[in-house]
Amino acid sequence: MASGSVIDPIHQFQINKIVDMGAPGGVQLAFTNSAAFMFGIVALIFFFLTFATRGRTLVPGRLQSLAEMSYEFVASTVRSTAGNEGMKFFPLVFSLFMFVLFANFIGMVPYAFTVTSHIVVTAALALIVIGTVIIYGFARHGTHFLHLFVPSGVPAFLLPFMVVIELISFLSRPISLSLRLFANMLAGHIAMKVFAGFIVMMTATGLAGWFGAVLPLAMVIALTALEFLVAALQAYVFAVLTCIYLNDALHPGH
Amino acid sequence: MSETSGPAVFVIAQAETSGGSSFGDSTTPPANAHGVEIATPPGEAHGSNFPPFDAQTFPSQLIWLAIAFGLLYLLMSRIALPRIATILEERHDRIADDLEEAGKHKAESEAAAKAYEQALASARGKAQTIATETRDKLSAEAEAGRKSLEAQLSEKLAAAERQIGDTKTAAMANVRGIAADTAGAIVNELIGTAPDAKAVEAEVDKALKS
Repeated sequence: MASGSVIDPIHQFQINKIVDMGAPGGVQLAFTNSAAFMFGIVALIFFFLTFATRGRTLVPGRLQSLAEMSYEFVASTVRSTAGNEGMKFFPLVFSLFMFVLFANFIGMVPYAFTVTSHIVVTAALALIVIGTVIIYGFARHGTHFLHLFVPSGVPAFLLPFMVVIELISFLSRPISLSLRLFANMLAGHIAMKVFAGFIVMMTATGLAGWFGAVLPLAMVIALTALEFLVAALQAYVFAVLTCIYLNDALHPGH
Repeated sequence: MSETSGPAVFVIAQAETSGGSSFGDSTTPPANAHGVEIATPPGEAHGSNFPPFDAQTFPSQLIWLAIAFGLLYLLMSRIALPRIATILEERHDRIADDLEEAGKHKAESEAAAKAYEQALASARGKAQTIATETRDKLSAEAEAGRKSLEAQLSEKLAAAERQIGDTKTAAMANVRGIAADTAGAIVNELIGTAPDAKAVEAEVDKALKS
């Protein structure tokens, strides 16, 4: 939140330098709040999973159940969309899912920075997925991977159009994958800040404002609940779409 | 909320630009630190004012994301996931073992039940044969006893009949002698002369035979 009574819903996305590393080669480099949150997310995921499974008990406790549930949830998602072969990508999908999930949830903590509200982060994650698909696809199937763009059973005169359409749909995947997550997190957080700002503004006008502020307060409560749903849902959507795209790399034929 | 400042102000666009870029130093406080109403001239804001689109922050974010995500991937694939997988596998194995053992116990108890049934059936069969044998033996014995008794009785009967026959013959012989004597005596009384004994006997025999 902006300092004082100036309400700035964009301020929460501000990147601040913590350690300036100068600009080698004209590129500004710094350890920022975003980077700190990224490492915080990684540490939290790792310590949650190792701490939860420290007992390695046969009958799991609450935390261990949670860790096992997240494991089995992602594993079953991978298995159902990409088959047993897809399990070689399980660590990648699990890492992506947990990273996005924890980033989204940590972003819900007041004053926290939402890593996934920056398009460069979501785009990089999407490019990891698409890069894996392309590299693995060519390594595994060679030029046969290009059959992905040639649907079977299409008349010859339609084929060029179909290839173009398939190509466009393939190239739009990383864009939609990154934009979906980015836009959801950005819009949700801005909406919450705007309505929270209304509360502050209305209460500043006096007693009537205090009563009037109940409306935006109710809105903020509803939005907070919605944002928690969106945070989990977007992580799931990201993981499922990753599985679907990886399935193309495993089985390029239509 | 605070009464000290004027009306709160919403700034949708860039608000606290101390410099041209929003990639500011956190150590330098923003210009509006004390809630002073500042209207940022829209002309001052250029394309990179919206933090997520500030390209100057991209290289740092990408580098740190690569390091952080690479670290996460390594930690997950080397440590955390194998650990959970082992736990799940151990539980799976344990359950499978327990089920197998339970199945073994069940088979054992079933075999024991079958053996018991068999023993019961054989015992029942044996009892049956013993009962039959005993009954047969007893009836055979009874039969033999009855037969010997019958034989004895029929023997006695035959002896008695023989005795009766003998007695009858003897009696008949006596009757003949008496009849002859009586006939002789009667004839003697009637005619006064003793008849020839031989003729009387012949006449008596003739009468007895008729």
